[in-house]
Amino acid sequence: MSGMTDKKNAFRDNTMTLLAIAALAVFLWQAPRILDGYKVRIINLIAINAILGLSLNFIYGIGGMFSLGHAGFMAIGAYVSAILILTPEQKIAMWFLDPIAPWLLNLHAPFLVSLLAAGFFAAFFGWLISLPVLRLGGDYLGIATLGFSEILRVLIMNLTPITNGSLGIKGIPAHTSLWMSYGILVAVVFGTVRIMNSNFGNVLKAVRDDEVAAKTMGIDTFRTRVLAFSIGCFGGGIGGALMGNLITTIGPTMFTIAQTYSILMIVVIGGLGSITGSIIGAVLVTTMLEWLRFVENPLTIGSLNIPGIPGMRMVIFSVLLIAVIIFRREGIMGMREFSWNWFFSLFGSSKPTKGGERV
Amino acid sequence: MQNFISALGLGSLYGLIAIGYTMVYGILRLINFAHGDIFMLGAYFVFFATIQYKLPWALGVVIAVAGATLCGLLVDRIAYRPLRDAPRISALISAIGVSFFIENLSVVVFKGMPRQVLQPDFLTRPISLGDVKLIPLSIMVPVISFALVAALLWMLYRTKPGLAMRSISHDIETTRLMGVSVDKIIALTFAIGSALAAVAGIMWALRYPKVEPYMGITPGFKAFIAAVFGGIGSVPGAMLGGLALGFIEIMSIAFFPTLSGYRDAFAFVLLIIILLVKPTGLMGERLEDKI
Amino acid sequence: MNVTSGAPALSLQSVSITFGGLAAVSDVTMSVPKGAIAGLIGPNGAGKTTVFNIITGFYKPTSGRVEFSGADGGVARITGLPPHKICETGLARTFQNIRLFGNETAIQNVMVGAYVRQKGRWWMNMIPFAFSSSHNEEREIRHTATALLERLGLEKYMDATASSLPYGAQRRLEIARALATKPSFLLLDEPAAGMNPQESAELLGFIRRLRDEFDLSILLIEHDMKVVMGVCEHIWVLDQGMLIANGEPEEIRKNPKVIEAYLGKETAHA
Repeated sequence: MSGMTDKKNAFRDNTMTLLAIAALAVFLWQAPRILDGYKVRIINLIAINAILGLSLNFIYGIGGMFSLGHAGFMAIGAYVSAILILTPEQKIAMWFLDPIAPWLLNLHAPFLVSLLAAGFFAAFFGWLISLPVLRLGGDYLGIATLGFSEILRVLIMNLTPITNGSLGIKGIPAHTSLWMSYGILVAVVFGTVRIMNSNFGNVLKAVRDDEVAAKTMGIDTFRTRVLAFSIGCFGGGIGGALMGNLITTIGPTMFTIAQTYSILMIVVIGGLGSITGSIIGAVLVTTMLEWLRFVENPLTIGSLNIPGIPGMRMVIFSVLLIAVIIFRREGIMGMREFSWNWFFSLFGSSKPTKGGERV
Repeated sequence: MQNFISALGLGSLYGLIAIGYTMVYGILRLINFAHGDIFMLGAYFVFFATIQYKLPWALGVVIAVAGATLCGLLVDRIAYRPLRDAPRISALISAIGVSFFIENLSVVVFKGMPRQVLQPDFLTRPISLGDVKLIPLSIMVPVISFALVAALLWMLYRTKPGLAMRSISHDIETTRLMGVSVDKIIALTFAIGSALAAVAGIMWALRYPKVEPYMGITPGFKAFIAAVFGGIGSVPGAMLGGLALGFIEIMSIAFFPTLSGYRDAFAFVLLIIILLVKPTGLMGERLEDKI
Repeated sequence: MNVTSGAPALSLQSVSITFGGLAAVSDVTMSVPKGAIAGLIGPNGAGKTTVFNIITGFYKPTSGRVEFSGADGGVARITGLPPHKICETGLARTFQNIRLFGNETAIQNVMVGAYVRQKGRWWMNMIPFAFSSSHNEEREIRHTATALLERLGLEKYMDATASSLPYGAQRRLEIARALATKPSFLLLDEPAAGMNPQESAELLGFIRRLRDEFDLSILLIEHDMKVVMGVCEHIWVLDQGMLIANGEPEEIRKNPKVIEAYLGKETAHA
C-alpha cells in the first residue's frame, strides 16, 4: 500500500471515529429525554460493565493472568470513592455503630478526584498483591486472587471504623451520569487502544504467549506482568467507584465472587484479548441479565398465569457461560478487533480485507 | 479437649472434601470448582430423603451418596470431558460456570432460605467421658472419615483401578497407550471424590444442623486450600491439610476470641503463604517446566 | 580470515550443573573469540542445549562461571544474571523448537525484540501530542524492524501472523527477532533442523552473512555435519556433559574420540 492511500485511510478512519463519537454524544444527550429512568440506568450500567470488562480483559486476555479477584478491586474503588465524596456530617450520621476513624472524617474530595483516587488505590493494592502472587501461574493465580478478594471482603465486614462494616455506605450522591460513565469509557478505550498499538502492547502479548522467549528477548516478564496487572486493577477500581455512584449504596455483599463471574462472562463472551469483544460482551451480558428478569416475574398470557421463578436468570446465565466455553471458546470476536477497513468492506466500498484485523 | 474434638471433626470434614479436589487436580490439573456444590447436594439429598420423605437414615445416606455421585459424574461428562484438549483455563472457566449453575439451580429447586436439619436422637444424646461430655456425632465424624480414607488408600495402592489412577496422574498419554480407558478412570475419580464429598456433606448437615444452597462455597474453598497445603495430588496430604486447617481455625479462635470475625480469612491467608513459601505443599511433588 | 586467536567474546570456565544429583554438564571450559563462528556438537542428550540455557541465564550453574565481553569491550561475569539482563548485555539466542510469538505478526515479533533497547516509557505513547521523542522512537523501531525483515528476505510476511509462516521463514524470523535486540553475540540452537539439503546449503552463506553484516560472534548447536563443518571455524564436542574434543573442523573430523562418541565403540575400532 502506498503512503498516499495510507494517509487517505488514516484521514477517513479519524473522521469516522469522530463521527461515531459525535453520534454517541447525540444519543447520550437525547437518551434521558426519550427513555425512562430504568432504561437510562441500564445504559449507564453497560458503560460501567464495559470498563470492568476491558480492565479484566487487560489482565486476563492481554496479560494472560487468570485473575478472579476483580470484585475485590472494585470494592476498593467503590469504598475509596464513597468515603472521599461523603461530607463529614454524613459520615458521622452513617457510622453509628462504630464512629468513623478520625483521619477519614474530614477527607473530602470532588467526584473526579475520588474517581482517580479509587483507580490509584486499586492499582496500588493490585501491585501489592501481585508482587507475591504473580510468581504463580495459571489456575493457582486464579485461586490466590480469589482468596485475596475474599480476605478483602472479610476485612470490609470487620473494619467498621473505615468501612462501616456490614451496614455498608448509603446515600452516595448519584454522580454517575451518562456523560460521566461514557466519557470515562471513551477515555478507557482510547487509552487501551493506544497501549495496544504501541510496542508495549506487542510486549504484553509476547509475555502472554511465550514467557521464555520474551525473557530471552530482554523483557523483564515479571515486571511487565505486575505492571499489566496493576493497570487492570486501576480500571477495576474506577469501575467499582462508578458503580457505587450509580447505585448509591455499597456494602460487603455487593462485591462477591458472583460479581467477578459476570465480568469474566463479559470477557469470555466477547473474546479474550479483544477490546471490541469486551464492549460487545458488556452490552450483551448487561442487557441479557436485565431482560432475563422476566423469567423471575410472574407472567400472564391471556388467562394463563405463569408464576415467576426467583433465581432462574442466574441458572440461564451460567448455562450460557458453560455453553460458550464448550462450543465457542474464542467468544464472539476471538482476538480480532473492529476496524473501519473491515466496516467498509462490509459494504463493498473498499478493497476487501480480511474480516477484522488483529491488533 | 472439647476444642480438640471439634477441630478433629472439622478438620476431617475438610480433609474428606479435599480428597476430591486433590484427586481431580492430580489427574486433570483442574480445580473442580463444582466440588463444593456436590458436597452441598449431598447434604440436601439426605435432608429431603430423611426429613421430607421420612425415609430411614441408612437409606437416606445411601440415596444421598448415590445422587451426589451421579451429579459428580454428570458434571465431568457434560462440562469437563469436551474440554480435555482445551487450554486448562477453559476447563477452569467451565468449572466456575458449573458451580454457579448448581448453586443457582439449587436456589430455584430447593428455595433460597436455610433449612433446619433435625438431628436424630441417637447421635446427639450426650455421653460422658471422664469430665468431658461428648455427643456420639462428634466422635462419629472423624472415625468415619478416617475409615473412608483408609479404604481409599487401600484401593489406590492395592487394586488395579487404583494403580491406573496413580499412573494416569503421572503420565496420561502413556497410560492411554497401555490400554487403560482413561475416560473411565477419570469418571471413577470423579465418582469417588463426589461420594466422599457427599458423606462430608451429610455429616456437615448433621453437625451444623441446617442446609442452604450456598453452604458449599466456603467449605469448598477451604478444602481446596487444605489440598494445596497437603500437597496437591496427594490423598494422605489432603487429609493432613484438612486436619491442619481445622486445628488452625478452631484453635486460633479458642485462644484469640476477638479474631472470630476474621475466621473465614485465615484459610486464604494460609493459602497465600503456602503458595509463596512452598507451592508444592507438605507432601507434593515438584513439577518443572521444560525450556 | 583467522579469528580463533582473537580476544574471547564469550568464555565458560569449569561450568558444571547437576539436576537432582545427576551431572548434566560437567567442567566445561571453552571460549569463543570475537567475530568467530563456532560450533557446539555432540550426540543427543550430550547437554548442548543445557549449555545454552546456562549461558542465557535460564539455569544457574552449580559451579563455574560464564564471562561475556559485549560491544563495549569490557568483560563481565554474567553467571546467575536473569535472562533479560543477559540479553541486555548483548547476547541473543534462538530455540531448537522455534519459539515465536505465534499470535503476533512478523513485524510485531521483531519489534518486541527491539523493546529491550527502547527508552520511552509505556505511558508516554498513550498520550497523544506530548512526549514526541517517545513517539518518534516508536516510529524509528517500526522502521528498523521493517528494514530488518527486508534484509532477511521476509518483507512479504510483514503483516502475517508468525504461526502462519512457512517453516524456513519462521526460523529466519526468529533470527530477525534476535537481531532486533542489537546483539554482539548470537547463539543458534540447531538452525538447520527441519531443512532440506538445498536449504541447509543456503544456510551456510546466510550465517556467514549474518556475522559479517551484523558484526557478530556466533555459537551454534547443530546436528547437520555438513553445516557444522562448512561454516564453523572452531568446534567443541560435548558427550555426556563433558567436552571430549575441540579444534578446527578437520581435526574434529579425524578425532577418534569424536567418532566413537557418535558411532559407538565397536564401529570406531572396526
